[in-house]
Amino acid sequence: MTPVLASATHQTETFRALGLTKTYDGETPVYALRGVDLEMFEGELVVLLGPSGSGKSTLLNILGGLDQPTSGKFYFRGREVTTFSQHELTMYRRDNVGFVFQFYNLIPSLTARENVALVTEIAKAPMTPDEALTMVGLGHRLDHFPAQLSGGEQQRVAIARAIAKKPSVLLCDEPTGALDSKTGIVVLQAIVRANQELGTTTAVITHNAVMASMADRVMRFADGQIVSIERNRTKLKPEELSW
Amino acid sequence: MVKALQYALQRWSLRLRISALDKKLLRDVWRLKGQTLAIAAVVAAGVALLVGTYGCLAALQLSKDAFYERYRFADVWATVKRAPNSMLPKLLEIPGIATVETRIVASATLDLDTMTDPARGLLISIPEGGHPQLNDIDLRAGRLVSTGRPSEVIISDAFAKANKLKLGDTVSANIHGNKRKLDIVGIALTPEYIYALAPGQLMPDDKRFGIFWMGRKALAAANDLDESFNNVTASLLHGAVEADVLQRLDILLRPYGGVGAYGRKDQISDFFLTNELAQLAASGAVAPPIFLGVAAFLLNIVISRLVATEREQIGLLKAFGYTDWDVGLQYTKLIAIVVGIGLLLGFAGGLWFGRGMTTMYGEYYKFPLLQYRVNPGVFAAASFVTLIAAIIGGIGAVRSAIQLSPAVAMAPPVPTTFQRSRFSVWFEDLRISQPTRMIFRHVTRWPMRTAMTVIGIAFSLALLIASFFFMDSVGKVIQVYFFQAERQTLTVSFVEPRGAGIQEDILRMPGVLAVQPVRSVSARLHHGPYTKRTGVNGLIMNADINRLLNAEEKPLNPPEGGVALSDQIAKDLNAKVGDIITIEVLQERRPVIDVPVTQIVKQYMGFSAYMHIDEINRIMNEGPTVTAIHVLADARYTDELYHKLKNTPMVAGVAQTEVALKSFQNTMDQTMYVMIGFYVAFSSLIAFGVAYNSARIALSERARALASLRVLGFTREEVAYILLGELGLQTIIALPVGCLFGVALAFAMSPMLKTDMYDFPFVINDPTYGIAVSVVCVAALICAWLVRQRVYKLDLIAVLKTRE
Repeated sequence: MTPVLASATHQTETFRALGLTKTYDGETPVYALRGVDLEMFEGELVVLLGPSGSGKSTLLNILGGLDQPTSGKFYFRGREVTTFSQHELTMYRRDNVGFVFQFYNLIPSLTARENVALVTEIAKAPMTPDEALTMVGLGHRLDHFPAQLSGGEQQRVAIARAIAKKPSVLLCDEPTGALDSKTGIVVLQAIVRANQELGTTTAVITHNAVMASMADRVMRFADGQIVSIERNRTKLKPEELSW
Repeated sequence: MVKALQYALQRWSLRLRISALDKKLLRDVWRLKGQTLAIAAVVAAGVALLVGTYGCLAALQLSKDAFYERYRFADVWATVKRAPNSMLPKLLEIPGIATVETRIVASATLDLDTMTDPARGLLISIPEGGHPQLNDIDLRAGRLVSTGRPSEVIISDAFAKANKLKLGDTVSANIHGNKRKLDIVGIALTPEYIYALAPGQLMPDDKRFGIFWMGRKALAAANDLDESFNNVTASLLHGAVEADVLQRLDILLRPYGGVGAYGRKDQISDFFLTNELAQLAASGAVAPPIFLGVAAFLLNIVISRLVATEREQIGLLKAFGYTDWDVGLQYTKLIAIVVGIGLLLGFAGGLWFGRGMTTMYGEYYKFPLLQYRVNPGVFAAASFVTLIAAIIGGIGAVRSAIQLSPAVAMAPPVPTTFQRSRFSVWFEDLRISQPTRMIFRHVTRWPMRTAMTVIGIAFSLALLIASFFFMDSVGKVIQVYFFQAERQTLTVSFVEPRGAGIQEDILRMPGVLAVQPVRSVSARLHHGPYTKRTGVNGLIMNADINRLLNAEEKPLNPPEGGVALSDQIAKDLNAKVGDIITIEVLQERRPVIDVPVTQIVKQYMGFSAYMHIDEINRIMNEGPTVTAIHVLADARYTDELYHKLKNTPMVAGVAQTEVALKSFQNTMDQTMYVMIGFYVAFSSLIAFGVAYNSARIALSERARALASLRVLGFTREEVAYILLGELGLQTIIALPVGCLFGVALAFAMSPMLKTDMYDFPFVINDPTYGIAVSVVCVAALICAWLVRQRVYKLDLIAVLKTRE
């Protein structure tokens, strides 16, 4: 097992967000984000903790270039993403971001290998799908279709798919939300491994407080705002967690 | 089989290094194979009709042009009673004329060993030992007639085939009152009789009508026309004005009993051929767009649904960094595959259909070479039209895939809101089961989609009704023409007008029960600037055998002191009741008279003008005279009667109503009904395509809800009922709508079927609705059965596990 390292002190900034708000118009406007400031550093593993509806997913969507904020600024490695055109956003996602979703979102008509290939085919310097799947412990399930895989296996394929392009950032939205704890831990191991071996800045959204102890930093969310940020002095390995 | 195919597909895609996205595409196509095929089949139907029809049209046009050109088809014709050969130089002097050829054309009654009833021969003179300058013959077998052998003839190929005549056989003929033995030395085709219709007939009858080419001297001698001619053909110089030439010809030939020169548009064979080509082009322009329109409509509902169900996948692809364009391209490719399959099937079907249709035309139109050719232009046009249909059908769905924002796409769709409308409140007071309620709610919740399915099914029903309408219309024509109007057993026509006393002679022949005289003259009718060449038939009062009928099918008497016109002729002349028209008789002393139009008669075929027989005798300054006799005869004595008629001098022809009816029906069976068969098959395909796609989409949307019901304890049948009940309800709504559409479509099509020869009445018989409705219901039932199989196979666990 790789030893758990404390995050570097002189870190390079990956994300910087200033006063991000997101409002959904409607009969009664919904304020999903109410002014969020944050920083994330290279190679860091951050857990975003909070109840559902607290704005975590909205923030993740903005960080991932899926959505633009209503106001505020957001920088990726010093470039202001909030000024990006649609095409620049697409390229930003293509080159830098890996996503993992709660419900895996695999393409049912493609095998594990092909689901990963979907991303490696358009990435700049990816691993091979086989490497990525081996990394999440699925080297033996390459040619299985999603329907032939368990939930945990499907989520690991999704992680392999996200890390295969060697992204700068890995954004995970409730990656264990649909899994039992045992399977969830296997999935978290895969995420941590990618974070450590590839040095990927990783953000994990969860409402499961237990998972906070595996992070470098924990940001707590409530009502569209970050209410607290804590740094863990000692990080736990996923296998040390239980819920 | 399926496994092997999938395996092959997999191997193939591995070898070709297909991108993951394209693999998804191929698997999507495979998953949607039923719907893909349903749409492809409708595309194929449209393309096949287009390729087949226009390919056949091109083949006919090409064969016609080549035949006309190579065998020097004439531009104008004129018939005279008798003109001296010394006229020829004068004819050649007419400005605009390139070549003139004088001929002798006569008719003969033929006595064939194989038939008791008489056949009719049209004898045309050709130079002994040579080819004619115009209307040349294409010798298929044998040789030309030689000088000094007056019994030698060349006969038309179709007549030879129909009567199994070969070179060296002999045919006995009654020419100008004399019995002659004719020796067959050649068999030929001619551009002049590509469509060989005997005068006064409605359909070609190759067994009973043949063209005979005889040496000029021999035919002249047989008809007392030595050093003379009775027929002129001419070709025109480029840029010549046909009307001027015709007028000059008439002036020159009038003293010799000219009955009016005419151009190609009044030449029977060319007239039919041209009409047929125009009708073919019209049918080719109407049907394919309907099919391709339906295909576009199906594409739209299927691809839109696919985009909606795959919204998460689309969002995902965009989240991974695929561009909007990449995503749009995927759905464009899907459309291209579906349409491409249809196009290829359509090409294959079109070739087959076109070949079949061309062969069928070859039965009626006698060309030396008529071959369906693969015409790249037709294929290109079909591809282009299909492309347009694909764009119309697919653009909306592709655009929505492109425009879907990734963040929105990833969020689960908002559950559909159902509301209790005033209708549903009323409706809920009814005591109906929950499943039935679900059916009604779905139908009313998506009124647009319900409307689209209803319209789709209704449209296929309409197309069926419109196809069957042809049969009803033809049935009506047959009923009125053959059973109400033309009730004679046969009609005897004479070479020259005869004294009315001939009626007594015929009445005394074996089996003859009653006779009815007709005196016809050929004439040109004028009304203001409008002119129409037609026959004027002189009829007797209270005729009971051959009757003139009005629109209500009630017998009419010929007008006294006026003329009755077929509605078609009245239209051509722009004449209405009370107008004075000029009748210029084109024969004998050529009187010109002004008469009022006293009646306009609705007729379906055999358009003509009608007067009282005494009136015509008076105009012609003659005593009681007839040109034809309608005969009612006892079927038991027909053999004796035919024998007697064959040996009666001056009989030009015997037209049997029953034979005409049979050949009419045969032609319809072989041409129209074959076409209708195609249309019925294609229409059923549309009904099936629409119903199947709609039911499959409903299933994919409701799989989760239906599986939940199964978990709650509903049986498979009850669950299937919810889904298929919706299809059933849509079909039931579509039936009356479709019947209305069908009536409208048939009504719109009936004037398009009209030609200068026929008018197809707008009639839809009650059984037509029944048959069409049954066909649609069967199509819907088959598709319901197929979808039911899928409902039965619903995987409860899997469905419930996946997120909505």
